[in-house]
Amino acid sequence: MPDLSINFAGIKSPNPFWLASAPPTNSGYQVMKAFDAGWGGAVWKTLGVPVVNVSSRYGGVNYRDKRLIGFNNIELISDRPLADNLREIEEVKKRFPHHAVIASLMVQSRQEWHDIVRDVQNAGSDGIELNFGCPHGMCERGMGSAVGQEPEVLQTIVEWVMEVAKIPVIVKLTPNISDITEPALAARRGGADAISLINTIQSIVGVDLDRFAPYPIVDGQGSNGGYCGPAVKPIALNMVKNCAQHPGVQLPISGIGGIENWRDAVEHILLGASSVQVCTAAMHFGFGIIREMTSGLDQYMTEKGFHTIYDMVGKALPNVRHWEDLNLKYKVTATINEDKCIGCQLCYTACEDGAHQAIRLQEGTRVPAIIDENCVGCNLCSLVCPVEQCITMERRDDGTEHLTWKERTQAGTIPTEFNDERAGGRHHWVPEPAAALGKEKHKTLPGTARQYAAQDAAKRLAASATSAE
Amino acid sequence: MAEYTTPTSEPEFHANFSQLKPRMNATEALLESSRCLFCFDAPCIKACPSGIDIPQFIRQINTGNTTGAAVTIYEANYFGNACGKVCPTEVLCEGACVYNLQDVKPIEIGRLQSFATREAIEKSKPLFGPGAPNGRKVAIIGAGPAGISAACELRHLGYEVDVFEAKSQPSGLTVYGVAPYKITNEEVLAEMAYLEAQFGFKVQYNQPITSRRELDALEESYDAIFLGIGLGLTNPLLLPGEERANCVGAVEFIEQLRQKHHQMAVGRKVIVLGGGNTAMDAASESARLGAENVILAYRRGKQEMGAYEFEYDLAKGVGVKGLFNVAPVEIVGNGKVEGVKFIRTATINGHVQVVPGSEFVEPCDMVIKATGQAKQTQFLSLIPGLRLDNKGRIVADERTGQTTNPKYFTSGDARNGGAEVVNAAAEGKATARGIHAFLSK
Repeated sequence: MPDLSINFAGIKSPNPFWLASAPPTNSGYQVMKAFDAGWGGAVWKTLGVPVVNVSSRYGGVNYRDKRLIGFNNIELISDRPLADNLREIEEVKKRFPHHAVIASLMVQSRQEWHDIVRDVQNAGSDGIELNFGCPHGMCERGMGSAVGQEPEVLQTIVEWVMEVAKIPVIVKLTPNISDITEPALAARRGGADAISLINTIQSIVGVDLDRFAPYPIVDGQGSNGGYCGPAVKPIALNMVKNCAQHPGVQLPISGIGGIENWRDAVEHILLGASSVQVCTAAMHFGFGIIREMTSGLDQYMTEKGFHTIYDMVGKALPNVRHWEDLNLKYKVTATINEDKCIGCQLCYTACEDGAHQAIRLQEGTRVPAIIDENCVGCNLCSLVCPVEQCITMERRDDGTEHLTWKERTQAGTIPTEFNDERAGGRHHWVPEPAAALGKEKHKTLPGTARQYAAQDAAKRLAASATSAE
Repeated sequence: MAEYTTPTSEPEFHANFSQLKPRMNATEALLESSRCLFCFDAPCIKACPSGIDIPQFIRQINTGNTTGAAVTIYEANYFGNACGKVCPTEVLCEGACVYNLQDVKPIEIGRLQSFATREAIEKSKPLFGPGAPNGRKVAIIGAGPAGISAACELRHLGYEVDVFEAKSQPSGLTVYGVAPYKITNEEVLAEMAYLEAQFGFKVQYNQPITSRRELDALEESYDAIFLGIGLGLTNPLLLPGEERANCVGAVEFIEQLRQKHHQMAVGRKVIVLGGGNTAMDAASESARLGAENVILAYRRGKQEMGAYEFEYDLAKGVGVKGLFNVAPVEIVGNGKVEGVKFIRTATINGHVQVVPGSEFVEPCDMVIKATGQAKQTQFLSLIPGLRLDNKGRIVADERTGQTTNPKYFTSGDARNGGAEVVNAAAEGKATARGIHAFLSK
């Protein structure tokens, strides 16, 4: 039985799953319900300067029939009285002494920071998270991402906090910056105990086509918000990796961004996170998702033989390299499993229009065939194929050779001129441009109706040409 | 034991004849349209006799462009809504869906199609209109799927069009011959009214064309004449006792059912003779009307029936029993039908042969003959130079629909011998193009 518990920079938690500072942690009621359901920790919705919220606060991105693959909000930090929040933190900690309660904070002056840090310590918080990430509403007032985007300011505030902090301090970073390691390094310099990332990404989640306004719409108008949900995971993973790999950062990382199930959590952990935070998924499906997350993590760790979370933290990092370190001698090409192919021909049209014209159709069957010599091994066909394990990418090199761009650069064998014979695409077959004209028009513009329409259009063209003369 | 009790009111009728392909709601349409893979050179399009660009209209539904979806459907097939509901999609578009090869439920194309067209019809979306008048006139005999489709297309091309219909309602077998659980009368007629309002062809109902004199008048006033006359009454069996009360033709039975609904009487024990899709319909309908026993009698084996498998399954599902390898020899009774005398048959080398001495009487109080419809050869003989093939079908150019009398064109059952609504709709539209090409010479 693997041990899911963590000790994150001194904050102990029965499992690595924390609720992120957000609407699900707005009250003691919600946090207690979450702990009751199995969550290991909660970062309280940010306490700090007084705010007023608008009505109509969230917007969503749907993909076809899938709701909320992306989510954004224009809600601000907690608008509840500080005293109420402190009392509830105390109550939760009394009831759940072994769960992690982390107070997220956002104030302005040194004195304010000192006061509020003391307050949440006295209330029994296990840790503090400094909200330097909120990309809307607060940044205009010089807080949130306005701090996260200025490493020196960030460092100064961290130093203020560390003057009075007796519990671990996590700095929450904004992704709205070119190089995430800069604020991470500033947090380290300021003396923070850990970092968490990513906060939401500044976004416009969609535009109402009838009202000509961005979502969410507040009385006919909208504002940029903070983007999160499954769609942001790839951005978060990359930033977590950047911080984890940077030799100067060396801080525990709480991974945030697009985590909805155990797999997402494991990905964050493999790239260096040692706790993970969840918000959108809990807002979408409720606290009950924690059961799937812990069960999946437990099963995965059992199968992999990991005894503790720390057996897997950062385990993928050695395999995340710079592009120039990748093996140019590695070669895969696609293989279509004819028995599994259902003949949708998405691979054909994807390769034909979106890749390297390395798939052809065959007489008498809808199963396409790979043209091995044209296949560059880009993966596209295997990605669009709707059948599991139908198109596989098979290794073609014998694995004995290893040559990287960096090595070629050092050896002086890289292409250097525009028409260099050594360029990669130099020897790939490419069809003549004019061969595209009219190709398979009856297939790409199908239907008898279209054929009629084409006739009509041709006639109209001919007629207008005649009248022009 | 009957599956259904006899319906005594319109709501009870509709409960017994509930729609096989009910209307989708917006959520269902979103979920279902999301599943479409958008195949390249999609097999569903090729399986559609009217060549509707199915992946295109499904994608349009999925992106909230339901009106655009209706345009895509109607520009290929003017019976877009009816076809969505009455087409044998199991053997056409949905049967061709690549998901079948993955043992995944195919996309419900028919229901998605009707989802889009119903909205256009209900909102009276003006999608099409008549073309600029070209001064020419075409007469159309028969307001069935072929005739109405031709009328729409000809109007679109700028022709003045008059349709002459023997019955009181348009759409032919769509409203008179299709099983009520496939589409309701209201839904059929709403689509017809929608088309008529957009294209502005004129239909004269209760106006059968039966005489040479009437044809003379049409030939005089119109540049071309389109024969969309379909087929005739049920073929007689030429068996003794066929005249007995309650021995009826399937086509006539279904036509009455479509108009009378719950006021339609059916026997307690019904024998349906035939193995085609109409036989399956008549048998299912008898069961849904509350007949206690319904027997489907066919002279060959189950596998040799012409009906689609899903149609037979549908009949079996409502309690219809099959009686195979039997040929009727007499309708027995005393004024009224009391039974059918059968003789057992065996199929030897593809030929049906009777088994001597195997006669038996299967008692019943109603017989429905689903043994095919007669051709309208007598009427067609009034048209000089019009050639029929050896099955009584009008001979016409495959592409243009022009008959051997150059002024006459044809489509639908009269030409193809009896097929689906979608075939007639597709042929009618193509033939309108043929007429246009001929008259534009």
